[in-house]
Amino acid sequence: MTPPPGIRLEGVGLDFGSAPLFRGLDLLLAAGHMTVLLGASGVGKTSLLRMIGGLAVPDYGHIVADDGLPLAGRVAWMGQQDLLLPWASVIDNVTLGARLRGGRPDRARARHLLGCVGLADQAGMLPAALSGGMRQRAALARVLYEDRPVVLMDEPFSALDSVTRARMQDLAGRMLAQRTVVLITHDPLEACRLADTMLLMAGNPATLTRMDVPEGAVPRPVDAPAVLRAQAGLLRRMMQ
Amino acid sequence: MRSRIGGEGHDRLQLSPCHESAVPGIWCVGAAHAVMLVAGAMTRPASHRAMAVLRPVLTCAGLVALWGALARWGHVPPYMLPAPDAVARALWSGRAQLEPAALTTLEETLLGLGIGIGAGSALAIAMALWAPLRRWVMPMVLLSQAVPVFALAPLLVLWFGFGMASKVVMAVLVIFFPVTSALGDGLRQTEAGWMDLARTMGATRWRVLVHIRLPAAMPAFATGVRMATAIAPIGAVVGEWVGASSGLGFLMQTANTRFQTDLMFAALTVLAAMTVLLWWGVDRLLARALYWRPAHADID
Repeated sequence: MTPPPGIRLEGVGLDFGSAPLFRGLDLLLAAGHMTVLLGASGVGKTSLLRMIGGLAVPDYGHIVADDGLPLAGRVAWMGQQDLLLPWASVIDNVTLGARLRGGRPDRARARHLLGCVGLADQAGMLPAALSGGMRQRAALARVLYEDRPVVLMDEPFSALDSVTRARMQDLAGRMLAQRTVVLITHDPLEACRLADTMLLMAGNPATLTRMDVPEGAVPRPVDAPAVLRAQAGLLRRMMQ
Repeated sequence: MRSRIGGEGHDRLQLSPCHESAVPGIWCVGAAHAVMLVAGAMTRPASHRAMAVLRPVLTCAGLVALWGALARWGHVPPYMLPAPDAVARALWSGRAQLEPAALTTLEETLLGLGIGIGAGSALAIAMALWAPLRRWVMPMVLLSQAVPVFALAPLLVLWFGFGMASKVVMAVLVIFFPVTSALGDGLRQTEAGWMDLARTMGATRWRVLVHIRLPAAMPAFATGVRMATAIAPIGAVVGEWVGASSGLGFLMQTANTRFQTDLMFAALTVLAAMTVLLWWGVDRLLARALYWRPAHADID
């Protein structure tokens, strides 16, 4: 993996119809950090993430990597759904990127990564045979297989039950360390556990506000007093 | 799902040459229903299979009994409605004519299916890859469906002769649209999340087509192929009615003009059985090809 770049947003804006969704966003997403983006539904979080991933073009401004190289080809994506192909086995889903680029899938590395996410025995199964948590772990293995320095995650654990979600947070926090990660979530606890930098997106047009993060290395324990205090404070702030 | 798929089969089979008489039409529908239900039954838990198989058998037996009663006590002359036993005798005594005729029609149907599915798929893929082609070609595809195949049949016989070619072209014309339309719809409705994922992975359009869009479109394509299989014999038989020297359509027309109604019904029976068996075989093949779908998704 190449060294993770920082990502600079320069005057980024987007209109929804004739109304501005957000305007003039200036921000540096720190290299090798996990930036968590919080905000109400419809505020423009996913649109912003899609722009960073090159899946949409901003109406105003631009998004660049701080090392001067293009971001294209250095981004891995994990969406709200696992996006596993139902006709392909788990290992074929993990190696999908290689096939889509016309390369030879490295199945040994894919098996190793599946082992890391606890799916070594499920490599040959179809996604339909997996539970929701297992499917998201397979999706995480697919992200890791891509071995990209930038990872964009749009509410990846929102459909999971609380316990599975907490486990996935631990796993993602560990496995994605040293990458530039942008994670969208609605869950204050998730934000407090995983964020190196926490941004609250709110208002109309939306602006970004930097929030305090609890002490400790990511992933922070689910029952750490600092995490629980920060979660409560964040929830209060989001309810205002 | 069952009623929808079954409904397609029913509609088409009622449009088949069974339209000559209501009773064989009912028989065709009953037979089609039977095979579709049996096909569905094969994928179910064992506890349901016996009843699922018994039900269509009883339905068919009931319809044949109704037909027999109508022929016997309905004051309908045999040249209009032969009894089931007379048709059974005609099936046996006319086997020397029926067998080569059925093989001819089957050959035309299979060739039409192969060419129609191939050409229809190629066009759908080309239109999915190149949007302007869709805008230019789709009106012509629709136009080909706006003209009734019965109206085109004499022209096709004139152009392609009395041999097999005109019947194959007729079958291709009939099945081309459902295949193109179904696969085209499937290719246009690829889940947006998969496309986003593919873009971030740096995929080319061709590889996205091969690895994502085509497999994702397979269930829709399967629906088109099932429909095509049910209606392909119509094209072949219509062509035979207009001008041929062999085939079930030709045999039916000859029998009709000679008032050999029992032989005509026997040919209809063979045609219906052939269509239903062909549909069943294709349905089984498709169910295997769509191995990732829930067992009942395409039937129920």
